[in-house]
Amino acid sequence: MWKHNLRSIYYIALKDMKTYYLKPPAVSWGIVFPIAWILAFYLRSPQDFEELVPGLIAMTILFSTTAVEAVVINLELRLGSLERLLLAPISLSAVLLGKILGGVVFGFMMTVVVTLSSVLVFGLQVNTLYLVLILIPSLFVFSSFGALLCVLVKEVFEAQTLLNLPRFLMIFLCGVVYPVSAMPPGPKHLAYVLPLTYTVEGVQQSLGLVQSGNIIRNILVLLAFIPVFIFPGVKLLASKFT
Amino acid sequence: MKQDSANVISVSGLTKYYDGLAAVEGIDLEVKEGEVFGFLGPNGAGKTTTIRMLTGLSQPSAGTAQVLGHDIRTGITFAKREFGVVPEVSNLYDELTALGNLVFTAQLYGVPSGERVKRAEELLKTFNLLQKKDARFSTLSRGMKRALTIAAALIHKPRLLFLDEPTVGLDVVNARSLRSLIQELNHQGVTIFLTTHYLEEADLLCDHIAILVQGSIVALDTPDDLKRLVKPEPACDVRFVPLHEETMSEFGRQKGIHRIEKLGDNVRLYGESMSFLTEAIFKYASQKELEIAFINSVKPTLEDAFVQLTGMNLETMLVEKGGR
Repeated sequence: MWKHNLRSIYYIALKDMKTYYLKPPAVSWGIVFPIAWILAFYLRSPQDFEELVPGLIAMTILFSTTAVEAVVINLELRLGSLERLLLAPISLSAVLLGKILGGVVFGFMMTVVVTLSSVLVFGLQVNTLYLVLILIPSLFVFSSFGALLCVLVKEVFEAQTLLNLPRFLMIFLCGVVYPVSAMPPGPKHLAYVLPLTYTVEGVQQSLGLVQSGNIIRNILVLLAFIPVFIFPGVKLLASKFT
Repeated sequence: MKQDSANVISVSGLTKYYDGLAAVEGIDLEVKEGEVFGFLGPNGAGKTTTIRMLTGLSQPSAGTAQVLGHDIRTGITFAKREFGVVPEVSNLYDELTALGNLVFTAQLYGVPSGERVKRAEELLKTFNLLQKKDARFSTLSRGMKRALTIAAALIHKPRLLFLDEPTVGLDVVNARSLRSLIQELNHQGVTIFLTTHYLEEADLLCDHIAILVQGSIVALDTPDDLKRLVKPEPACDVRFVPLHEETMSEFGRQKGIHRIEKLGDNVRLYGESMSFLTEAIFKYASQKELEIAFINSVKPTLEDAFVQLTGMNLETMLVEKGGR
């Protein structure tokens, strides 16, 4: 049974890639928005842009994964096609994990493009192993986070609106544009409750832009966030159909 | 032949509450292997809610049900391998092709990889959609979408098929073709659980019919036995040649004839008994020197049974569903 569930997770993700990756909400929030932010920061201050690269990579992960979740979950909730998946002989967890994997793959593609471009343009030194160990859990964290919020609402636009509050909160609190170390105590404490902080720090460490901090801690914290978002997401989805 | 078969669905006291209101209340039913079981009722009667509970999309508030030998609370995943569901709305994926939709469904139902495309193409052929196999679902006509949605529910060769209002929204030709297909599937051994609000559809297809009103089953029997429950007013259809409406109204005023209705070239006479009506018709024809071109006693229909059992206005039910 578990083998069939695993295979189904892959089939659902593959179907979502074929079906939803080029839908307007995925393109606008998952591709155009991160690129627009990156360009805006670059044009404002090209000489300091290198320092912003980790934050912009983290922001790309956040937006691309969550934007796709809103499409793959809410479009299907609205059209009733999510019920097709729930009628199949697979677990509800497998359905949600398939949806999350769809977001992870989209986020991965976007992140690879942004990371490779940044590394090539600025000649950054990369610890590839560290970078992969930070990026993979981050993609799962934010895709799961997106799935959790998206199952709360029905429409794609409702999901994108709901997602924007934590997205922008994290952009301003988690070191994307302003270093956490320079923040006053209150926001600083809040930053360490939010997963994006660990992604930004981890990417900074992987690119050799900071020497301080513990990358293992960042990886472990990110790994711990994954079930924190997945389990309530499964519960919420189940409650929608009971 | 079907009475001795095993039950594929057994339901006892099945109940579903939404916000304290009963959508389905204490229903009991059994569906035998190989039969077409009809769930007949107006919009909001609880038909879809019952299907959702039996297929695991919704948890019952009370009661028990077994589908293909599996308890719906604990073993529904195992039962899902052996049943297919056609929802009221054709909800396949717009962006996938006809073939792509079937292959994806086959993947989810664990059809071996070597058989997926073959089975999908066989079904497309059965449903006359082979020439549309590379067309996206969004580009298909409503009838084709319906047919493909049914094909998707059959990709894993289920023993039991749930059909929720299969012909709603279809034109007469497509609806007729779909009914033939349902009969064909049943002849191949697939047990069918069908919800509908079309009486003629239930009468044509079903071995047993449960009439559901406001969440409760008010009658459950074969279509013929449901009709026998009805005690209709004796009536007779007759066609006189020539037909003069003024003489007919005179005829209708006779003692013992309750009323008279014109139905095209025929008239329907209601009276105190069939023997009285027959005698009166022949006597009237003889007196007026009319030829009787057609005469037939009116038998109770499923519609009569439905109206009598539910007290509902049939037109209201059809209008609610946008019926034909």
